[in-house]
Amino acid sequence: MGFENLLLGFQVALGPHNIGLAVIGIALGTIIGVLPGLGGANGVAILLPLTFSMPPTSAIILLTSLYWGALFGGAITSILFNIPGEPWSVATTFDGFPMARRGEGGQALTAAFTSSFVGALFSVVLITLFAPLLAEVALRFGPPEFFAIQLLTFSSFIGLGGGNPMKSLVSILIGFILAAVGLDIVTGQLRMTFGIAELMKGFDFIVAVIGLFGIGEILLTMEEGLAFKGTAARINPRVVWETWKTLPRYWRTFLRGSFIGFWMGFKPGGATPASFMSYAFAKRFSRRPERFGQGEIEGVVAPETAAHAAGGASLLPMITLGIPGSPTAAVMLGGLIIWGLQPGPMLFKEKPDFVWGLIASMYTGNVIGVLMVLTCVPLFAAILRIPFAILTPAIVVVCAVGAYSVHNSMVDVWYMLLFGVVGYVFKKLDYPLAPLVLALVLGDLAENALRQSLIMSHGSLSIFFTRPISGAISLVAIFFFLLPILTPWWRRLRGEPARLGAPGEIGGFQHGADEHPR
Amino acid sequence: MRAADLTTAAILIAGGLLVLWDSLRLGIGWGTDGPKSGFFPFWLALLTIIACVGIAVQAWRQADRRPFIPRGAVRVVLTVLVPAIGFVVLVQAVGLYVAAAAYIGTYMRWIGRYAWPIVAVIAIGFPLATFLVFEVWFLVPMPKGPLEAWLGY
Repeated sequence: MGFENLLLGFQVALGPHNIGLAVIGIALGTIIGVLPGLGGANGVAILLPLTFSMPPTSAIILLTSLYWGALFGGAITSILFNIPGEPWSVATTFDGFPMARRGEGGQALTAAFTSSFVGALFSVVLITLFAPLLAEVALRFGPPEFFAIQLLTFSSFIGLGGGNPMKSLVSILIGFILAAVGLDIVTGQLRMTFGIAELMKGFDFIVAVIGLFGIGEILLTMEEGLAFKGTAARINPRVVWETWKTLPRYWRTFLRGSFIGFWMGFKPGGATPASFMSYAFAKRFSRRPERFGQGEIEGVVAPETAAHAAGGASLLPMITLGIPGSPTAAVMLGGLIIWGLQPGPMLFKEKPDFVWGLIASMYTGNVIGVLMVLTCVPLFAAILRIPFAILTPAIVVVCAVGAYSVHNSMVDVWYMLLFGVVGYVFKKLDYPLAPLVLALVLGDLAENALRQSLIMSHGSLSIFFTRPISGAISLVAIFFFLLPILTPWWRRLRGEPARLGAPGEIGGFQHGADEHPR
Repeated sequence: MRAADLTTAAILIAGGLLVLWDSLRLGIGWGTDGPKSGFFPFWLALLTIIACVGIAVQAWRQADRRPFIPRGAVRVVLTVLVPAIGFVVLVQAVGLYVAAAAYIGTYMRWIGRYAWPIVAVIAIGFPLATFLVFEVWFLVPMPKGPLEAWLGY
């Protein structure tokens, strides 16, 4: 049954038109991943308006290819320039950059791309197997279950996301509040518009993503005064082949990274902790842990495998439950709604060609992607040598084009600038941006689920706990919400010094991972 | 860093109060067909205010003396932000393509100190490419001004 569907999907994904789109998507995605200030979420947001006139399947293939490309691109900047384009590439710089400085950039890149490919492929295989089952289960979900899943989604940002839990909470709340601005479709009342006509339409998440991640990131990059003094990579078929011969030795690292990535990745915000966790495990189990951080190839394999397994896994809840696992998946979900598709389990029944075309394109996209990046690294690395005086205004113009094209409205371009400044300030003060974007995308869905649940129960919150599935999910969600409070207690019980609010991603990851069932 | 943290928390609390006030106007109770419009925003705003008070208390205690922006970096950030604002103002006046040309040209000449021929090639070439991709190929209209009108678009 599932196999036939996958074959159907391959027929869609392997059409010449869609293969062409995949190639364009990966090329653009890699460029976007390499450029500072343009990440996956942002690139997908800018290109989204261009897909409005495409058939949905082609559109999603273009956007997922862009996503894979951006993931690959992040590895290039991490290894050659010591600049992690995305938070989950941070761990790749630990050993990737020392290797590149030693003149082994080609080996590091080959290892990174191959690991990415393996990790992503692992996730896609699991998605192929589990997505139909999960969708089948989800078909029986009612509003209370969906609201409980939303709670779980956001609780995992607070419990497992690392950083300051109160700031994560505020980010989520701001996202929901912004989503509520404008016309309330249920009651027909205007909310939080304060008589200003422009606010009636509310805030579009695409504009928010472009501002927060695009403009905010440029401001941050310029402030840090990054100079791209990268190393050159010589990558040729011989280097690739020689590296490939050494890689099977690390099959345990590949396997561990894939599992960690998938397990962490289908929950939101999982890619970054997954990459660090995989790195830490590889180091712990290595026979020569002292060489980690000085250019050990296993130190590149571990985080890259996990990050990409997580990146793939984040698409699983999006297609089965209609709940995105990452900001990029959130933007794609917004795309689904705009293309007139209802995200969620019904997609498998109503639009099998779309779902299976998407899943099949994950296979083809990754194969095309790894071949393209392996052959075109010097080309992509050259993009980073474009001087900032040209890059900065060009990126601002592209962002403005993207923001304007959503609704053909000038107000959105102003919002974009505003979100840019907010993104810059929030990033500096450690308010996470991903939960804000997710809440903005999911706001209406969450509120409707809450309303319908409360109508079902005549206003009693007990409905989230008395139904078996939503009860179990709600309890896990509450556990995650309380985790930042429980952790110091737990530490004290074990006689360890309690510490609150571990700053930064790395500290936050350890803080979350310690309490997490492995 | 402490001042910035406290200021941000204060702004968010003020925003939260604004939302709270508007939710109370809309009604936060039970209407004829379920929760009223103000129900969801009310609780969101209340939680925001509580969390921001918590953040403010935390920031107050920590006494983080690091500056929010390193002294020299203020100028760098402004050299990105101010021209970007100028660009958006210009888009409103003369359309996106002309504004982009002016913006990229000025920025390259002023910050990058490039020779005029290079400035001209990129400042005209980039908007032209954007025009071809969006306006001609994908039929996505951008704000246009007198120049495009004169050219018949």
